[in-house]
Amino acid sequence: MTATPDDGTLTNEGLAAPGQGRVLVIGCGALAREILAVLETNGLRHVDLTCLPAIWHNAPAKIAPALEESIVTHRDNYESIFVAYADCGTGGEIEKVCARHGIEMIAGPHCYSFFDGNTTFATRDEVTAFYLTDFLTRQFEAFVIRPLGLDRHPELRDIYFGNYERLIYLAQTDDPALDDRARAAAETLGLTYERRFTGYGDLAGALAGL
Amino acid sequence: MADEEDDIILSELDDEELVLQMHDDLYDGLKDEIEEGTQILLGRGWAPYKVLTEALVSGMKVVGDDFRDGILFVPEVLLAANAMKAGMAILKPLLAETGAPTIGRVVIGTVKGDIHDIGQNLVTMMMEGAGFEVKNIGINNPVEDYIAALEEFDADFLGMSALLTTTMPYMKVVIDTLVEEGKRDKYIVLVGGAPLNEEFGKAIGADAYCRDAAVAVETAKALIARKHNQIGA
Repeated sequence: MTATPDDGTLTNEGLAAPGQGRVLVIGCGALAREILAVLETNGLRHVDLTCLPAIWHNAPAKIAPALEESIVTHRDNYESIFVAYADCGTGGEIEKVCARHGIEMIAGPHCYSFFDGNTTFATRDEVTAFYLTDFLTRQFEAFVIRPLGLDRHPELRDIYFGNYERLIYLAQTDDPALDDRARAAAETLGLTYERRFTGYGDLAGALAGL
Repeated sequence: MADEEDDIILSELDDEELVLQMHDDLYDGLKDEIEEGTQILLGRGWAPYKVLTEALVSGMKVVGDDFRDGILFVPEVLLAANAMKAGMAILKPLLAETGAPTIGRVVIGTVKGDIHDIGQNLVTMMMEGAGFEVKNIGINNPVEDYIAALEEFDADFLGMSALLTTTMPYMKVVIDTLVEEGKRDKYIVLVGGAPLNEEFGKAIGADAYCRDAAVAVETAKALIARKHNQIGA
């Protein structure tokens, strides 16, 4: 079973495959802890995890080519591969890569949707909501504040977030410290705050049968 | 370097030096300096349209090119745009009085479900700077709002913007509706937004995909000229 790496490594480097299991999950670094938790809960000790850098959440064009490279690198070493990405802003590119290699992936537009449950999320009318997950709450500075230049130019906040109304923290775990950090993030962005416990949502079901 | 720049007195520069300094100040997002430079040039008898094109639009073109080339990033572009906006606020009422040339009329808005308007606001500003009249209808627009605005504004162009892969397919809904209502040929349809590309623009039946604000201006100029030529032929 893969050990959980630190968030900084997952953000910038991802996670290497340990090369011990029969099945490989290739996922987003932002999902590493959650994937490992689901594998552990279900006793899926034959499943390895490798992750691409989570920061590509902000640069989705990089995901599909790197995913394909990872598939090609690992396919001979595993009986099967599963992709733990939804569409994630790639406009169908991840789906195309998976189809080319006959590999299954998680359904849905993005992790906010599959954590909430794709069916439920599709019925919500939350156009003006900005979402955080556990990972994004912990890495709020690295994913939101610094890339948008808000550390250097806080006066730009309302240009970026003026049309948003709510920050919804989609909580995978019950962690009061993360709740506080997400609330503080909402305050920083000038948004009202809501916490919604999702657990692992559709991710759990997608991995359970591996 | 900073001390040297602090010592620059804009009013002591000649016209050519001042315009170049304004290009630098735009690049650095210095709003107060752009307002001051704009006022100085107007005070020296420059026509508002000349200030707009030579001091502001030319400066913003450099910002746009460096953004395209990965030298500048979104925060710096936004600061530059803010500075330009401050200069435009001074010039706009004067341009209306002096009857600056109008190239074409544009309706622009983000599609239904999308509230990300940074790109379209930049396009609006650059197109206004280039002599287009622009009606920016804001965010989250259903097809009926686009069509009502196009007719009310007697537009030549429809501009649609989307930041999300989940919302960009709505552009096709708008174009298909225009086709169904027999209105598609009345308008030049331009689309833009981070997840789009040329292939998508073609697939949904747009006239052009515009990678950034500067490309949107150049594309709009070329397409309106072509349309006029066709009408004249």
